Amino acid sequence: MGDHRDGTPQHSGAVVTSDGAAKNQFPDPGLPPHRPRVTDVDPKAAKRAERQVVLLFIISILGSILFFIAYFGIRVDGPIYDVVNTEPTSQLRLQNLLLGLGIALGMFGIGIGVVQWARTLMPDHELVEERHDVRTEEQRAEAQEILTTIYDESGIKRRPLLRNTLIGAAILAPLPFVGLLRDLGPTDLTVLRHTIWDEGIRLVRDPSGTPIKASDVTLGSAFHVVPENLSELGHHDGYLDEKAKAVVLLMRLDPDKVNVSADREDWNVDGIFAYSKVCTHVGCPIALYEQHTHHLLCPCHQSTFDLTNECEVIFGPASRPLPQLPITVDSEGYLVARSDFHEPVGPTYSQRGFAVRDMQGEAN
Amino acid sequence: MSSTTDYEYQPRTRSGRIANFVDTRAGVSPMVKEFGRKIFPDHWTFMFGEVALYSFVILLLSGTFLAFWFDPTMTSLEYHGSYVPMQGVEMSGAYASTLNISFDIRGGLFLRQLHHWSALMFVMALSVHMLRVFFTGAFRRPRELNWVVGCVLFLLAIVAGFSGYSLPDDVLSGNGLRIADAMLKAIPVVGTYMSMFMFGGEFPGLAIIGRMYIAHVLIIPALILIMIVVHLFMVVVHKHTQYPGPGRTENNVVGFPVGPVYAAKAGGFFFIVFGILALLAGTTTINAIWNYGPYDPSPVQAGSQPDFYMGFPDGALRLMPGSWPFSWEFTIFGWVLPMAILLPLIPIALLFVAMFAYPWIERWVTKDNRVHNVLDRPRNAPFRTAIGAAAVTFYAVQMMAASSDLIATHFHVGLNDVTYWLRAAYFLGPILAFIIARRMCLALQRKDREIVLHGRESGRIQALPHGEFVEVHEPLDEYKRYRLVDFEDYQVQPARANAKGKVTGMEKMRGRLSRWYFEDRVAPVTPQELEAAHGHHDDHEAVGAGSHKAQLDK
Amino acid sequence: MKALSQKRRHPLAVLALLVMALLLTGGLYAVATTTNEAKAETTTYSAQDIEEGQKLFLANCSTCHGLNAEGTEAGPSLIGVGAASVDFQVGTGRMPMQMQGPQAQVKPEQFNEEQTKQLAGYVASLGAGPAIPEDEYLDVTKGDSANGAKVFLANCAMCHNAAGAGGALTRGKYAPSLMGVDEAHIYEAMQTGPQNMPVFNDANITPEEKRDVITYIKALDNNTDPGGFNLGSLGPVSEGLMIWSIGLAVVIGFTVWLTSRSA
Repeated sequence: MGDHRDGTPQHSGAVVTSDGAAKNQFPDPGLPPHRPRVTDVDPKAAKRAERQVVLLFIISILGSILFFIAYFGIRVDGPIYDVVNTEPTSQLRLQNLLLGLGIALGMFGIGIGVVQWARTLMPDHELVEERHDVRTEEQRAEAQEILTTIYDESGIKRRPLLRNTLIGAAILAPLPFVGLLRDLGPTDLTVLRHTIWDEGIRLVRDPSGTPIKASDVTLGSAFHVVPENLSELGHHDGYLDEKAKAVVLLMRLDPDKVNVSADREDWNVDGIFAYSKVCTHVGCPIALYEQHTHHLLCPCHQSTFDLTNECEVIFGPASRPLPQLPITVDSEGYLVARSDFHEPVGPTYSQRGFAVRDMQGEAN
Repeated sequence: MSSTTDYEYQPRTRSGRIANFVDTRAGVSPMVKEFGRKIFPDHWTFMFGEVALYSFVILLLSGTFLAFWFDPTMTSLEYHGSYVPMQGVEMSGAYASTLNISFDIRGGLFLRQLHHWSALMFVMALSVHMLRVFFTGAFRRPRELNWVVGCVLFLLAIVAGFSGYSLPDDVLSGNGLRIADAMLKAIPVVGTYMSMFMFGGEFPGLAIIGRMYIAHVLIIPALILIMIVVHLFMVVVHKHTQYPGPGRTENNVVGFPVGPVYAAKAGGFFFIVFGILALLAGTTTINAIWNYGPYDPSPVQAGSQPDFYMGFPDGALRLMPGSWPFSWEFTIFGWVLPMAILLPLIPIALLFVAMFAYPWIERWVTKDNRVHNVLDRPRNAPFRTAIGAAAVTFYAVQMMAASSDLIATHFHVGLNDVTYWLRAAYFLGPILAFIIARRMCLALQRKDREIVLHGRESGRIQALPHGEFVEVHEPLDEYKRYRLVDFEDYQVQPARANAKGKVTGMEKMRGRLSRWYFEDRVAPVTPQELEAAHGHHDDHEAVGAGSHKAQLDK
Repeated sequence: MKALSQKRRHPLAVLALLVMALLLTGGLYAVATTTNEAKAETTTYSAQDIEEGQKLFLANCSTCHGLNAEGTEAGPSLIGVGAASVDFQVGTGRMPMQMQGPQAQVKPEQFNEEQTKQLAGYVASLGAGPAIPEDEYLDVTKGDSANGAKVFLANCAMCHNAAGAGGALTRGKYAPSLMGVDEAHIYEAMQTGPQNMPVFNDANITPEEKRDVITYIKALDNNTDPGGFNLGSLGPVSEGLMIWSIGLAVVIGFTVWLTSRSA
């Protein structure tokens, strides 16, 4: 076969290759002559290769034994990551290392041994196998005939009513299973509008749950805050769901450095501001506060919010400022919320526009 | 059937008797006949699919062990295991059982690390295998459908990985789910409901881990397994492709028989892959969930990243400016459209569509519908290699963007500057990659021509009688030469009128694409050219003779 | 603990318990009332210390912080920042700064302990501020790393990474790694909020909680990673790099060997 393209089934005559002249190409010289390996000609080398492979198999056996030595021989008793007693953690590391090494040697010994066996001792003559077409024309014709017979004998063509009702039934039959998916979750979207913040709810520290006095919040501090009534919720009453919406970051800024719009003048306490910690982009907690630049940064996608301008976005993929929680001080001097957030917190969803409109209506 | 017993084959050896017993009950001899000496070509680039397959087997193995101890529940409990910094902490059963596997089950930490490293190896090997198939043109007829199956496997592998990453219910993976939730909610109108359905209500709810678990241990592995079976069945039907070379044609397969050589190599390779992964699991920490803490919506940590295969959508989200030059959140009759999330995902979706459709796109442009069992060397298909390089760059820029914060801290540059540069690279990178890759292919082809025409540089310097120094070039033997000249030289297929005598807009576009594909190309050396080159040994003009301008003028 | 439980029947145990209870309530009261006031100076500085400190200050710091530490455009006022700030900034080598930049870098300390103490004494004499923490609050054997982990994850991990490996902030600023940092310096950093770090005063994170946080950080620091090399504790990115570099290289090495002809 001088040129392999000659034998190719030409299904499309449209292909043009450079001047198409097969004569103008080098002839296929065929498979290169076989070059014998050392192990083929030298029995000593073959013996040596055999010994190598045996050695590898023995290494594998030793590796598996190593695994059991590590598994039963090393005792990891005691606390992990204790600040003083670091011995058990080191033991665990050693055990993990030896288990891994044992299995790795067990596997490598077999794998490398078998491959080495194949490379050095099994024949390395390249063989040629002819390809066949994926299917021949006769086969196709035969298959088509069989299909036609099946089609005819079933009588589908002659009895259209039979066919149509079957199609109808077949379409409907799986639908119950789609319907069963309905109760995967509720469809009441109003839950997304509200958090458990409300008038008079104290701001408490996360995770200790202690309330915060305005005087505690010194310039430059940042407090991670949850509503006091969160702790009343049990794990099964939506504790995490509510926490996921209600988390707030509390900071004190120099009031002279902050721009506050007219309708939000009474939302802060002497420069103490509370903002939703849930990013308006895709909802990561915005927790990185730079006390001198007054920037809040999201570690997930680097949206940066400017605290001095009501958390407007100054960098990154977020499109909306963080919602602000209006706060004030109660009679005991503790920080409390004036109300819930005035817009849904967290990432955007399609129906958010209606929520905002309704909530502004409520507020007025 | 007593009459047939007279003729029954009576084996003499013990193994023969066992084989005969099996064969008379299961009828396996046709299979042995079909596969026993089936030829597989041998090349290191053909092994990545096997690496993926073996990693998958190891995933099934290690995953089964993990399932013995993992408790996929979000019910809250107080932890009292060996890990001191979480003593008495409220956490989900899923997280607590993951801590138990890590610290209280002997070898559990090893199994966890083995499982996670295997997952990374699985997706990596699958990706490299896909790149090999793409760059060598192995997706062409008759293997288009198998390419599609491979693309489906790629997507399934990503979903499998992400669902597994989420199971331990730690802070890192919880924030990953948080992002997935927001991306669902970004889908216009139905997205919010999809999110509510997925989480059984609001995020995070109490349902998601259980649902992820059944997807991760049953649905997705089953789908992957089915796809692997289909994939391998088609490999058997098509037989493996092979690289061009002496003795290799479209109608044969040159290589080693399954029994014993190929079976020994492939079988041994399974153990080698296992060994590599066991070594990684024994020596290198992966996903230290005990550091992250149990999922809680309030904390987050620096360096919040997904596993690498989810890096590209995450990076795309990072690159999009959400409020520049205006807010990318549009409200249309009350419906809100968060384009800052949707816009960067559109090119990714298009990339995937193009990936699935590429065999047909290329066929349409080249009008080449022939069977191809012999692969292209990537340099001999500069157009395809350049497209692939552009796509890889596009993907890689987004993957890098997903680690922009770590790039900033480790190279001591500003985080914002990294983002600015990567935004530029998002647009310019693929274009540059296309140009550079194509130029490199053409240069390599010219180098091949040079070698064929003038031989290899031997490094020996010869002084000629008149004082000139020349380097001796050694001519190639015919086998090596054939390897360098055996490729197809496509030509531009200009737009043509259809049956009605009209050149449609589509056809015009196809014509332009074809020109774009093939305008610059280097033809293989012909015997005449070689003869000419030998005639005028120092005439370097001959090297460029096959390049495009000369060809086009003909 | 064993020794302690054996001694609990000692006749003096009741007395000791009473004293401890009194100390605890007194201590709590003191903490509650003085949270935002400057802590009483526990380290005493002699007049000579302060004088020496002033000399050092004038020679090394006044260019940026002003001749009377009142601050200039190049550096903030140091009146009222307290000895804790000086001990942290000078003790970790951040001050004096090598050059202006997004933030001061850690480098070898420029002053010895004695000089640092003198500088701290001088700055503390300018105005009341947080003092150098007492040893009691730095003793990790008294801390509770479980509570420390909670507080750390809620307040620190977002910038310093869950394993304390550090992370990026905006425009070239970053949160440094917490590994190998002196207990006192960790405490002082929380107390004073150096650079762009927020202040975590005693009302926000109590001294005991600070000790818990230090205990947790030291637990991470003292223990080796049970899983093996930690790849910088940077999470999925370094793991992905590992598999795409060493993982892929090893696999390719084996495939090339496997398909090569034996000599």
